[in-house]
Amino acid sequence: MTELVAQLRVEITTMIRNGEQLLLTLGIPVLLLVFFTSVDVLPTGSGEPIDFLAPGVLALATMSSAMVGLGIATGFERNYLVLKRLGATPLGRGRLLAAKIMAVMAVELVQLVVLVPIAVALGWRPDGASWPQAVAGILVGTAAFAGIGLILAGRLRGEINLAAQNGLYIVLLLLGGMIVPLAELPAVLRGLAYVLPSAALADVLRSSFGGEAVRAGASWATLAVWAVGAPVAATRLFRWW
Amino acid sequence: MAVGPGGRSVEPVSGAGPGDEAVTVSELRVRYGEVEAVQGVSFTARAGEVTTVLGPNGAGKTSTIEVCEGFRPAAAGSVRVLGLDPATSQRELSRRMGVMLQEGGVYPAARVGETIRQYCTLYGRGAEPGELLAAVGLADRANRTWKRLSGGEKQRLSLALALAAKPDVAFLDEPTSGVDLNGRDAIRSIVAGLAAEGCAVVLATHELAEAERLAHRVVIFDGGQVVADGSLAELRRGHDEIRFRSSPDLDVRALGRATGMQASRVGPDEYVIDAPPMPRLMAQLTGWLADNGHPIDEIRGGGERLEDVFRRLTGGGERR
Repeated sequence: MTELVAQLRVEITTMIRNGEQLLLTLGIPVLLLVFFTSVDVLPTGSGEPIDFLAPGVLALATMSSAMVGLGIATGFERNYLVLKRLGATPLGRGRLLAAKIMAVMAVELVQLVVLVPIAVALGWRPDGASWPQAVAGILVGTAAFAGIGLILAGRLRGEINLAAQNGLYIVLLLLGGMIVPLAELPAVLRGLAYVLPSAALADVLRSSFGGEAVRAGASWATLAVWAVGAPVAATRLFRWW
Repeated sequence: MAVGPGGRSVEPVSGAGPGDEAVTVSELRVRYGEVEAVQGVSFTARAGEVTTVLGPNGAGKTSTIEVCEGFRPAAAGSVRVLGLDPATSQRELSRRMGVMLQEGGVYPAARVGETIRQYCTLYGRGAEPGELLAAVGLADRANRTWKRLSGGEKQRLSLALALAAKPDVAFLDEPTSGVDLNGRDAIRSIVAGLAAEGCAVVLATHELAEAERLAHRVVIFDGGQVVADGSLAELRRGHDEIRFRSSPDLDVRALGRATGMQASRVGPDEYVIDAPPMPRLMAQLTGWLADNGHPIDEIRGGGERLEDVFRRLTGGGERR
């Protein structure tokens, strides 16, 4: 337990010191939420843009911290042989992973504490929300995105991993129904989007917060497949140094 | 300065008593695809001794040490560290094993003080962060980040992280690489202190001077095999020589005939006679040099330098 706490402290300290990570995990979601709520350019239909945007941005925030934040940091740790050095301590891989996941969840909690009040201030009223369901969605999404982030981090060199994580972030954002509704995508891209974890999480959160889900049941199934498959693949593919 | 993790308690385990075998490598083979980097290596390292692993690049030193540390699987053969198999018991072993990587190992933005505290907690052996930093001369760098340390300071922090384990066995890879003269002395002193406290130190290095100053035992690798294993005295035995520097145009054949010994040129103006420095032979040599108008710029006799043992055994010392 002491080892886990010591490692968790290091993970959180490293995250706080990393300015780019704060920009990615908080700055961009806040910016997107405020901008697209204030400037009505998104084809969000007859409803209020904030009702569509708030769950989408929460899904984006989850993807930012669980996939990109975790993936980039872990990739550089691998590059700098931090993981190798830690591998020669009694910490063990299990506790290292647990510390990383707990650090991601701590960031997600901060994201919720920051983003939800901003969304409410911008007019979001999630009256029919099922918060337990939303939290469950975020947790399952975290597993899926963390798995994807660690697959890249465990196979690619530091800078290439950095580029790949950011590139994937953009693709999953654009095809994820987070900001742009899936209905606006061409049929081919829409078909692809349905199997992506970003679209699945956005849909699950929209459904959890009482909004209009595209295909809530199928989205839960898609997200669950990613949540199991990606971490399993990461376990098999990850190279520690 | 015999510094080290003071007050360390050595748990009783097989192979951990002073002078006992703490590391046993038997017929170890390591493969990377089709390439066999380590080809049947065997050696031992004892508690309370510094065992230096020497060898040219690609000789298989790091691969062997990484198997001992539990980082890499063996293709064949066996390795026991403190009586444990690192491949299956790395977790248990890691509590009592100090590891110093050749480079890296710390996040660039991590502060020195935080990192040493982290490792002291992870090992849980009661090492005091402040004492360790003072021991490696980094007490005034506690708030500095890794990326702002000099090369030598990074090495010293890496060593401190290995000491945080209060290790019964320590694997140190190139500990003085990039370290200035004073820093080297400090590191050597710490390593010697570690061994004096009963730790089995396995030190891989290219620095022959390091081995000459610290090693109780030297294991020389070449081409994935151990080509020599023994104390410095054992490696030098039977290889007494007289080595001198003189004019570049010296006729070594004529010198050989005059002294009745094999004389060789080993450098532009450096020569070796393969024989012990007996007074009569020294007189013959200096007399011949004087008669032929050659100066003596430098002369020494006795056992081979480790550098020459190394060159002889690894094929790097061509004589003409």
